[in-house]
Amino acid sequence: MSVSLDIKLKRANKVYHEGPIQLISSNIEVAKAGKVPGGKTEIPFEFPLLTKGNKVLYETYHGVFVNIQYSLRCDLKRSLLAKDLSRTCEFIVHSQPQKSKVVPTPVNFTITPDTLQNTREKSSLPKFLIRGHLDATNCVISQPLTGEVVVENSEVPIKSIELQLVRVETCGCAEGYARDATEIQNIQIAEGDVCHGLSIPIYMVFPRLFTCPTLETTNFKVEFEINIVIVLHDDHLITENFPLKLCRV
Amino acid sequence: MPSGDIRRSRGRNYEAERQGCRPEGAPIEFGDYHPLKPIMVTDSKTRRGTRKGSTSSSSSSSSSSAPPDPLSSMLDGTDPLSMFAATSAGQPPAVPHSSSTGDLGRRRREKEEEAVGPDFEPWAMKRGEILARFTTTEKLSINLCMGSEKGKALGPGSSAVSEKVRTRLEELDDLEEGSQKELLNLSQQDYANRIEELNQSLKEAWASDQKVKALKIVIQCSKLLSDTAVIQFYPSKFVLITDILDTFGRLVYDRIWSMCSDPRPLPESFTVEDVNDTAKETCLNWFFKIASIRELLPRLYVEAAILKCNRFLSRTGIQETLPRLTAMIRGIGDPLVAAYARAYLCRVGVEVAPHLKDSLNRNFFDLLSAFRQIGGESVQNQLVVQRVEVPEYLTLYSPAINWILQCIAYRAPEVLLTEMMDRCKTMANNALLLNSIMRAFRPEFVAARATDFIGMIKDCDESGFPKHLLFGSLGRSLACADPPESERLTILNEAWKVITKVRSPQDYIGCAEVWVEFTCRHFTKREVNTVLADIIKHLTPDRAFEDAYAQLQSVIGRILTYFHDFSVLFSMERFLPFLDMFQKDSVRVEVCKSIMEVFIKHQLELTRDPVILNAMLHICKTMHDSVNALTLEDEKRSLALLIVGFLRTVSFGRDFEQQLSFCVEARAAFCNLEPVLVQLVHTVNTLAMETRRVMQGSHSRKTAAFVRACAAYSFITIPSLGSIFTRLHLYLLSGQVALANQCLSQSDAFLKAAVSLLPEVPHSISVEGKLRSSEGFLLDFINNFLATLLVVPDHPEHGVLYLVRGLLNMVQDYTWEENSDAKVRVYIGALPLLAAMSQEAFLYSIPKVDSNETLYGGDPKFLSEINKLSETLIGQILDHLKALARDEQSARRQSALAFSLFAVLLAHGDLRNNKLSQLAVNLWNLSHKQGLCDTRLSVRTLEHVKHQAQRPDMAHLAEAVQRLTLQTRT
Repeated sequence: MSVSLDIKLKRANKVYHEGPIQLISSNIEVAKAGKVPGGKTEIPFEFPLLTKGNKVLYETYHGVFVNIQYSLRCDLKRSLLAKDLSRTCEFIVHSQPQKSKVVPTPVNFTITPDTLQNTREKSSLPKFLIRGHLDATNCVISQPLTGEVVVENSEVPIKSIELQLVRVETCGCAEGYARDATEIQNIQIAEGDVCHGLSIPIYMVFPRLFTCPTLETTNFKVEFEINIVIVLHDDHLITENFPLKLCRV
Repeated sequence: MPSGDIRRSRGRNYEAERQGCRPEGAPIEFGDYHPLKPIMVTDSKTRRGTRKGSTSSSSSSSSSSAPPDPLSSMLDGTDPLSMFAATSAGQPPAVPHSSSTGDLGRRRREKEEEAVGPDFEPWAMKRGEILARFTTTEKLSINLCMGSEKGKALGPGSSAVSEKVRTRLEELDDLEEGSQKELLNLSQQDYANRIEELNQSLKEAWASDQKVKALKIVIQCSKLLSDTAVIQFYPSKFVLITDILDTFGRLVYDRIWSMCSDPRPLPESFTVEDVNDTAKETCLNWFFKIASIRELLPRLYVEAAILKCNRFLSRTGIQETLPRLTAMIRGIGDPLVAAYARAYLCRVGVEVAPHLKDSLNRNFFDLLSAFRQIGGESVQNQLVVQRVEVPEYLTLYSPAINWILQCIAYRAPEVLLTEMMDRCKTMANNALLLNSIMRAFRPEFVAARATDFIGMIKDCDESGFPKHLLFGSLGRSLACADPPESERLTILNEAWKVITKVRSPQDYIGCAEVWVEFTCRHFTKREVNTVLADIIKHLTPDRAFEDAYAQLQSVIGRILTYFHDFSVLFSMERFLPFLDMFQKDSVRVEVCKSIMEVFIKHQLELTRDPVILNAMLHICKTMHDSVNALTLEDEKRSLALLIVGFLRTVSFGRDFEQQLSFCVEARAAFCNLEPVLVQLVHTVNTLAMETRRVMQGSHSRKTAAFVRACAAYSFITIPSLGSIFTRLHLYLLSGQVALANQCLSQSDAFLKAAVSLLPEVPHSISVEGKLRSSEGFLLDFINNFLATLLVVPDHPEHGVLYLVRGLLNMVQDYTWEENSDAKVRVYIGALPLLAAMSQEAFLYSIPKVDSNETLYGGDPKFLSEINKLSETLIGQILDHLKALARDEQSARRQSALAFSLFAVLLAHGDLRNNKLSQLAVNLWNLSHKQGLCDTRLSVRTLEHVKHQAQRPDMAHLAEAVQRLTLQTRT
């Protein structure tokens, strides 16, 4: 007889919030030893999310150096001759929303050959004037990043305009700290020689598993930045960087 | 045998018999009952539960008060096929609403939101048109890179889904890692097939729960839309690929909808509150996944495809998404790609939320502001590389812009349309835009402002969008709506001034074809003739007409719709020369047939108009000449039917000679179509009879010569026919006609020809495609023939009863089927003729023709010839009867034949003659010997004989009756 075991979370989106008391690991027995009858048996369970000691329960986050993951494991112990069954299931923790109001802090930008840094031959660059704004750099994680960009003029046709969401993880260690930036999402908002003077919307939904509220702890930091990348037809790459602060409301 | 009377047949007084037999007139109440009247149901209450068949008959006929022609009422749209066709044409079948939509309030709301009615031409109607119009012979390519976007497009989003799905995704990725598929050198058909394959694999992937793979397919497909290589194919590509997107949108929507079907299905007008969490989460997942698609175009198209799913998430989702997606299109640099993306968004928008008009307008205005890109460097370079001219390039926009404008113009107030027109003017009368406005706006709107539009067209920039297309669009509107009467001539002149200058024959005819409708609708043959002349002038050089048959046919079709008076039609000088342009046989015949059909339908009066006759002869000759050895029977039949239809409308009135010479001409012209020749023989026979009627039976020398000419005509026409029975019947008929016209030798010739044709009658003939025995037909014919022979006087140079003997000899020599009684039946059938011939006064005669009764005047020699002949026949019959009776099968035949002969003797023989009377009794007994007789028939016969015996001159029958015994039932 084949036996299978599955865990079903009550919430469809598998999102849970930390409880007032903190704990990192908890074991409960959901059913006493005994015979499970044939067919499907559902055993309800629940336990509070409590952190261990004085540690903080961070949001679920999958990164390179930093990984915050919560999982449920269910073990079914069986008699000597039968194998034990085990099943793991990830669930997601979102921190409690901030009480304070988020100030959007919009930002305007103008990009011309003159505003660029990190270029060796400014003079050889084709002429262009690109303007725009971000509606907010203090972003609510569940709301899209919005804004506009206008190509006022460009000597060389535009090939593509992209929004690059970059995550910067910083880990403290004995020798100082390690900093690593990873692209976690790249979205094209313009393709080809776009109409000059016409505003193009900036719009990006923050990916659910790869973003979390900007996090600063004693040991590590998780921060986010947005790059507006303009690729010209001659493959010139123009990047404008904006640090973001993500929060949950 | 008393020597004074040598007649064996009983003497008849036909007049007295006729008086005696006249049935009592039973008054018939007309209008009350008639067996052929359709079933009338006066009580229309149909009970439920009655059988289907019993109620269905009421639907079609209950309303008709006067009994209509039963055949035509059968075709009165009630046949299920035409009913289907009627509903499917033009409007999409109404989508059945979920049966569970409960309260009225919801229904009402649905009604309000259902802003798109059946008068909105749906996308499905445009599809085919676009696919047919935007074609290419260049090679196409499809570039699909499945799985290569791993970690970018799908990586982040996919982690949110369950473990199970994630592993499956990985499996898929492994399977297709970097499986970049590039298909090159595809023909257009290959391309369409490939896309259809993708559509299938999308459905398969979905059905096998591989949702991620399905999404990948859709993404890859929408990516193809950013590729503008082979740009002239782009509109068709758009059609093919958006089909896939539609499929995908439907699949996702249905899936989420079905997730909410527990415990009962969602109503059609559900709200967010009705949707459960799992369904919402799944829906949200789709949107997250799509939001993370890297490239702009797929992200846009795929989100648009599942726009409707926003209904599961929030009340305002759709009205928030539409403006966002509309703005997003501004990021598309290629104006053509952007225009089509807008068209798709409008299409989905109108379908999902028809009441949201703002985004439609926004799309249109954005489109206008992007117009300047068309003149830009990027587009121009592309055109140079692809060697596409600007005018052709601009027409690629038409389907997209037309669609957007159609959505906007649908039930839009006049004000909006006027505003659009004004905007168009401010854009320096952008021709492309103007064209779309004329195509999309209501024809009535355009027609009312036709003069304005002409002005705008004139003001348009000459380069770029070709003016003939503009006039084509205007013409299309004017074909369905009428401009003010006072402006019509000016409009036609202005339009034609431009059209006639169009160089390319293809462009020219495309436009001219449309304007023919307007010309026919409002003007006379003079203007139409001018237009035809112009078309001929443009299409004759270099045989340009060869590529324009479809349009030329449509020109003819339009003219035939408006001109039903064929004398007017054919008096257009250029009409026949126009027909001469159809030089491909199949097309030419097609055109001729369409003209003939209209002619037969509308030319109800007989005509002798030489203009019509000449033209129609020309047209019919064309149809006739198309017949060759390979022509199908059906085709021949339909051609023949049309030509016959024409011949029947021709009448020269009293000018019979002219009519005959017309028939001579027609025979020469249509010699390959048998039904036509048959018709001609009939026509000429009718002509002879008509002459007789006019002369009241007494021909003058001149008319006598004329009817002989008619006979001669038939006589030489009939042998060329193939069907032997047709020949036989026509010989007989023509013989009768000749006789009626006192052309004795001609009549003799016809009947002799028929007799000498008899041996050639085959045993089986084909009737409606089936092989059947000819015996029955032959017997019928011979009996008919015998009846005619009564009045045919013997030829002075041949012997007595020359034709009767001739016929009987042929019958004797004919190789009948084995085991057949046919020969004997003919003999039995000939006896009444002989009896009738021996009367002093014949049953019928032909005025002014002396039959044998007069020729011989009851000469005993003649009568004894008849007797001899009768005896021979009876002898033959009796021999045959003897030969039968071997087994039961032949005994049955014997019984039937014996009874037939008995009946003949009873009716025609003089039973006072003992020998004959004895023979009759013997035959009766023979037929009853085996008990195989029809008893009821015997009883009735016996009663009849008894009845006869009561008459004073028939008293001798009483004795015979005694000897006729009925068989006893055992």
